[in-house]
Amino acid sequence: MLPTVWFVAIAVLWLGYLLLEGFDLGVGMHMLVTARSEGERRVMLNTIGPVWDGNEVWLLVAGAGTFAAFPLWYASLFSVLYVPLTLVLLGLIARAAAIEFRGKVHDARWARAWDLAIGIGSAVTAFGIGAGLALTTTGLPIDGNGDRVGGPFAWLNGWAVLGGLAVVGFCLVHGAAFLALKTDGSVRRRAGRLVVRGAPVALLPIVGWVLGVGLLTGGVVSWALVVVAVVAIVFAWLRARSGREGWAFVGIAAFLAAGAGSLFAAVYPVVLPSTIDPAWNLTVANASSSPYTLGVMTVVAACGLPLVLAYQAWSYWVFRRRIDVRHIPGLQEQPVLLHR
Amino acid sequence: MDPLDIARWQFGITTVYHFLMVPLTLGLGPVVGFLQWRWVRTADERWLRLTKFFGKLYLVNFIVGVATGIVQEFQFGMAWSEYSRYVGDVFGAPLAMEGLFAFFFESTFLGLWIFGWGRLPKRIHLATLWIAVLGSIVSAFFIIVANSWMQHPVGVRLVDGRPRLVDIWAVLTNSTALAAYAHTITGAFAVAGGFLLGIAWYQLWRRRHDGIDVVRADRTLHIGSDPDDAGRDVADHAVWIRALRIGAVVAIVGFAGVAVTGDLQGKLLFQQQPMKMAVAEAACETGTGFSVLSIGDVGSTDCTGVTAVIEIPGLLSFLANGDTTTTVEGVKDLLPAYQAEYGRTLPKGPLYGARSGRPVDYVPDMQVTYWGFRIMIGFGGVAAFAAAVALWLTRRGTVPASRWLARLAVLGILAPFGANAAGWIFTELGRQPFVVAPNPTPGGVDGVFMFTAAAVSPGVTSGELLFSLIGLALVYAVLLVVEVVLLVRYVRGGVAAAMPELRREPAHDEDDDVLAFAY
Repeated sequence: MLPTVWFVAIAVLWLGYLLLEGFDLGVGMHMLVTARSEGERRVMLNTIGPVWDGNEVWLLVAGAGTFAAFPLWYASLFSVLYVPLTLVLLGLIARAAAIEFRGKVHDARWARAWDLAIGIGSAVTAFGIGAGLALTTTGLPIDGNGDRVGGPFAWLNGWAVLGGLAVVGFCLVHGAAFLALKTDGSVRRRAGRLVVRGAPVALLPIVGWVLGVGLLTGGVVSWALVVVAVVAIVFAWLRARSGREGWAFVGIAAFLAAGAGSLFAAVYPVVLPSTIDPAWNLTVANASSSPYTLGVMTVVAACGLPLVLAYQAWSYWVFRRRIDVRHIPGLQEQPVLLHR
Repeated sequence: MDPLDIARWQFGITTVYHFLMVPLTLGLGPVVGFLQWRWVRTADERWLRLTKFFGKLYLVNFIVGVATGIVQEFQFGMAWSEYSRYVGDVFGAPLAMEGLFAFFFESTFLGLWIFGWGRLPKRIHLATLWIAVLGSIVSAFFIIVANSWMQHPVGVRLVDGRPRLVDIWAVLTNSTALAAYAHTITGAFAVAGGFLLGIAWYQLWRRRHDGIDVVRADRTLHIGSDPDDAGRDVADHAVWIRALRIGAVVAIVGFAGVAVTGDLQGKLLFQQQPMKMAVAEAACETGTGFSVLSIGDVGSTDCTGVTAVIEIPGLLSFLANGDTTTTVEGVKDLLPAYQAEYGRTLPKGPLYGARSGRPVDYVPDMQVTYWGFRIMIGFGGVAAFAAAVALWLTRRGTVPASRWLARLAVLGILAPFGANAAGWIFTELGRQPFVVAPNPTPGGVDGVFMFTAAAVSPGVTSGELLFSLIGLALVYAVLLVVEVVLLVRYVRGGVAAAMPELRREPAHDEDDDVLAFAY
């Protein structure tokens, strides 16, 4: 019972991460590819400014929660995916530093360099996380101890690429929907158009991943969730087309929730399949912590998560206002040079 | 190269680096919270300037700590999968609690604080900072709980060859954790105190150097303003002398706390990890005397050629037990006991790979632990003394004109950082050859310990580890340069660098609903 509860909890934590940091990463990439001026880039950055760090904690908690509840899953997944996770770490570090440092010196080249770090760091992070999640739903070459069989790239296959593209594509759409909702002026218009025109293409990989896993191991629940996801994304697209940014964003979020739910439902009770021998699959039962530890963690999560949801929601409420180029300080006036 | 060595270097480098930012965050957070609280209470603009200035530095440092902290959460699984499997039932829980009860608070409320200027009511805005700061302080507790369990495992039973958690409360109230936590927090205050002191000293010295503040022949102080810089007015002087005094007091209080808690930790160490304490003293022979300085080949494991130059009789017993007569076991007596208890060689088995059957060296690297211990105490002591001297030298309201002293004050910022790093290096290397040290105290846990040689990920290659080690080291090096450059620019710029409105025409501010803060 408790291992299953924790399987759901881990799924919720990953969902929380993709839902929240999903648009952060998307906005990061849009700063590089969609923005057309310094003003637009700063508008974009400031939509996520107050919240990106809190969103990133979902990743840490998803990782630490997996460590606490399913140590064998955590150990195998993270060690087998050593190279892609190293790249994710480098991407996250570069991105975090860049967001904070970018505005600290008023110089075009300085800003440009950190824009690259934000954009590329976001893309690499999204791709690596997607590849890792795709592989934990489709399998890795692990032996009976959970260790990798083969070299540093033994994990690399079509699923990894598909999952990577899936999360990158999703983040781009989700990020655009977020920008359309949170900005005004040129950024809002362009982002809204991007959702309508881009979503049918950018969401193809994630649809392929969900359907693929459904065909491999899916059951009634996972297919039911696929139906929900399809309804949600059609709804989101129609709303986006008629300029209803709020509903479009909600629809995309529902699409992700149902899609990710479908993936986790399809693989349950396996948490990490072995592509070498199904007997070596890590499952909810054989990879989990003791009932006592899971009990402790259940109490912790039951106290902590509602609180987190409440104050994160409050922070979004505080920063609910749309941002426009005219709100950005220091664009028209002379840069304030630091005293030497 | 053995993957084990690369993985250890990587953990060492990334952790020591991360812990350059952490103590400053932990210590400076409450200080900034205090400064803003004074401003909200008194509406004295000088407190606002202090809040804004040190808040800026706090954030630049905070973000590098955040960025490098993610690595810590991942590398247990990536590089130390066997360790993660072995300790997972116990070790993951404090990490998850840290995330849920600390990191979320810290990052969400700091976001609210950074962007909340002018948007949130003053008191609520102050509260967001304090919640974030408390988040940091709570996060330190959980991570120290996790680390202390590796130093002194409690609350578990050995089931099927792995420790199984049976008492979370015992883990959370581990004596090792409580002492180490107090030591870490007080050490962080020492860092923050030194930071304030050094920066304020530099600013006051520059005001004198630029002829803004003048000490007259009758030793009275004339406080002036810089006609070319609105940020360096009369109030500016009050800002810095205030920062200097707060810094000195915080540093002195911090160091006093460090000494008390360090003594407490020492006494625990003698019981819990006797070998670590013995190598810290290079105590080869069993006895009561404390060697202040030993010469010879301190690094040799069999203690040949180590000669105590200055030895204080009875001091070692005092450190261990509070009296002068208890004999404390030296390395030569401890070694056979360890070998009898935990084996002379590493067990044979797949976990150990090529390392199976190799002899175990129970004496940690004496060179590093011995000097690490002394650097920690030496740097700490010198900095505490310097803080007291600084209070005396500035009693008339400004600093001496000496350029040499100003340089020393700025350089002195580094001493508590060095003491912190040395302390961690000492305690982590002193735990070797174990990654989870055994618990030998009465009522301890039988059979729960793990050799570091068994902890590394079996499937991960040297090439992968080298790739991440080099990649992370390069990125960290760049980050360090950028952080230091930014901090130096802000420090040189003074308050106005953090409050551009001081130099701006007031009419400029009111023409639109511009964000009070934007990236």
